[in-house]
Amino acid sequence: MSYHSIVCVKQVPDTANITVDAMKADGTVNRGALPAIFNPEDLHALEAALAVRDAHGGTVTAITMGPLSATEVLRDCLYRGADRGVLINDRRAAASDTLATSYIINQAIRKIADYDLIFCGRQAIDGDTAQVGPQVAEKLGIPQITYVEHIVELDGRNARLRRNVGNGWEVVEARLPLLLTVLDTANRPRPASARRVMRAKRARSAAEVEREVKAAMKDADDAAREKEITQRIDTLAAKGLLFDQFDLDDIDADLAWCGIAGSPTKVHRVQSIVLTKEGFKEVEPTEQGVRDMIHELIHDHTLG
Amino acid sequence: MIEPNRQGEVWVFAEQEDERLSEVSLELCGKARELADQLNVNMGAVLAGHNVRELSYRLIALGADRVYHVNDVHLEHYRTMPYARVMCQLIEKHKPQIVLYGATAQGRDLAPRIASKMKAGLTADCTDLDIGDYVAPKTKQTHENLLLQIRPAFGGNIIATIINDERWPQMATVREGVMRLAEGDPGRRGEIVEETVELDELDLAVRLIERHREKRTVNLKAARTIVAGGAGVASKKDFQLIHDLAGAIGGAVGASRGAVDAGYVSKEHQVGQTGTTVRPALYIACGISGAVQHRAGMEESAKIIAINTDKDAPLFSVAHYGIVGDLARVIPMMIKAIRERA
Repeated sequence: MSYHSIVCVKQVPDTANITVDAMKADGTVNRGALPAIFNPEDLHALEAALAVRDAHGGTVTAITMGPLSATEVLRDCLYRGADRGVLINDRRAAASDTLATSYIINQAIRKIADYDLIFCGRQAIDGDTAQVGPQVAEKLGIPQITYVEHIVELDGRNARLRRNVGNGWEVVEARLPLLLTVLDTANRPRPASARRVMRAKRARSAAEVEREVKAAMKDADDAAREKEITQRIDTLAAKGLLFDQFDLDDIDADLAWCGIAGSPTKVHRVQSIVLTKEGFKEVEPTEQGVRDMIHELIHDHTLG
Repeated sequence: MIEPNRQGEVWVFAEQEDERLSEVSLELCGKARELADQLNVNMGAVLAGHNVRELSYRLIALGADRVYHVNDVHLEHYRTMPYARVMCQLIEKHKPQIVLYGATAQGRDLAPRIASKMKAGLTADCTDLDIGDYVAPKTKQTHENLLLQIRPAFGGNIIATIINDERWPQMATVREGVMRLAEGDPGRRGEIVEETVELDELDLAVRLIERHREKRTVNLKAARTIVAGGAGVASKKDFQLIHDLAGAIGGAVGASRGAVDAGYVSKEHQVGQTGTTVRPALYIACGISGAVQHRAGMEESAKIIAINTDKDAPLFSVAHYGIVGDLARVIPMMIKAIRERA
């Protein structure tokens, strides 16, 4: 049988290249100040889904939540072989913690409805929490299988998976639908294919089309712009290059569980560490220098 | 979710595998005891498994006033859903104000499932916990005695303090090796509370078919201190110094790829992106220049000492203590200083 897979992907700030402007005064992330990349482990989730489709047939739908520019990762998914992209975009979703995020993604997946497997990367490099996958699974009422390294077998509605739990591995079996979080050791993500890039580079969400037309036709009247927008959207849709775009109303989300209102955790305080290089001490390579350092480490309980 | 409950206990999820409590659970008992004392409430531990009741005494020795013990054949090996059912049911029944988990493969799988079910907050990978007040920026309302959940964020570039003011329990996973393991008092008294939890078909939907655990010969992940050598160590013979220092401190031996490639030590000692990622309380890097791939595997260590003859070695940029000098001279001085104290 064939399988319908959903892959949850995230555009993340590149935490390896961080700058002073990375955080806002309220402790939230200033995404504008950082280069945005495809969360590395999500590429392995995508590859796992594509491999299932290659072997058994079916579809791969990539879903992401973020600003309009997050369609960049959806396009990347199409370049690598995904069939469809879904953008969840809504200002009211801003500042969601993992619980609110998982609620919103769960609502969007319920909207998509038809799925056998959901793939997530193990975790995202901007938060490293590894929480959203398991939380989405709980909200959908399906099992989560974390740290998946190998899909041993897919046989009808039955899946066998090998998990790597660090100090060993195990094989588990369960019936679909399932949510899997995938390790980066599971596979090697295929590169974008040139043919797919040529085809999919024009893929857009409706809001992006609107923005592009408004920028290009500043002096035109509203009617002309509306006509152009409709025409472009229709053309993209006909070619299968229009991303589905959901706001919180489209997915029947209860606003009490979204954004700040839906987020139990709050950032109380943020300290920058690497940037200030606070606390670096040069120790003289002498008996006294070394002894003082060791005493300090014993005193603050690092040693002993 | 439960309402803020000031009399609620401070709980630890007592992770066990093959009838052994995980190191981090033991460490957490000490921390939970401290927090409970600060809040003037009891400390509890949840111990789920099959025929593991004996482990309760260790938890009590380490500070638990109550051990909630659930014995069920279906809990013999950890599986997400039955364990989540146990925790959710006990949280709803006893309403703890704080629940702590180890940030292990098990804890990081379990805690988010519980948080989602309870609609409560969860902070991952804390490196410190404390009790403190929080003033809500908009309402100016003061919330007293909240759990301050302190963790590195953004690839370790910042330290964030997270709180959960309204939707309790306040939950966090805590990294292995960052809390001190208390000695424990075998004479301490505590209560073992027997609990039963009904598991339904969905809870048991995932079947464990095959299970394999490796004996860790080199246990870098659990080490509180790691002494690592790099290509700057002159020879395999000199690498003995790394072993000597590790022996003096009671730490594990790590290595950079350079040292492994040079044949000084086997690959299971390798720290870095292609080796093991570690975050010990103390990381001593000897003759390691600090390539990105190595730093990625160790830069979240709580304290880092770098010893290198090259003052421009990149590792100095993440170190807390830098010694520009020859490790063949510096290491014996360190061993001497440690022995003097002991």
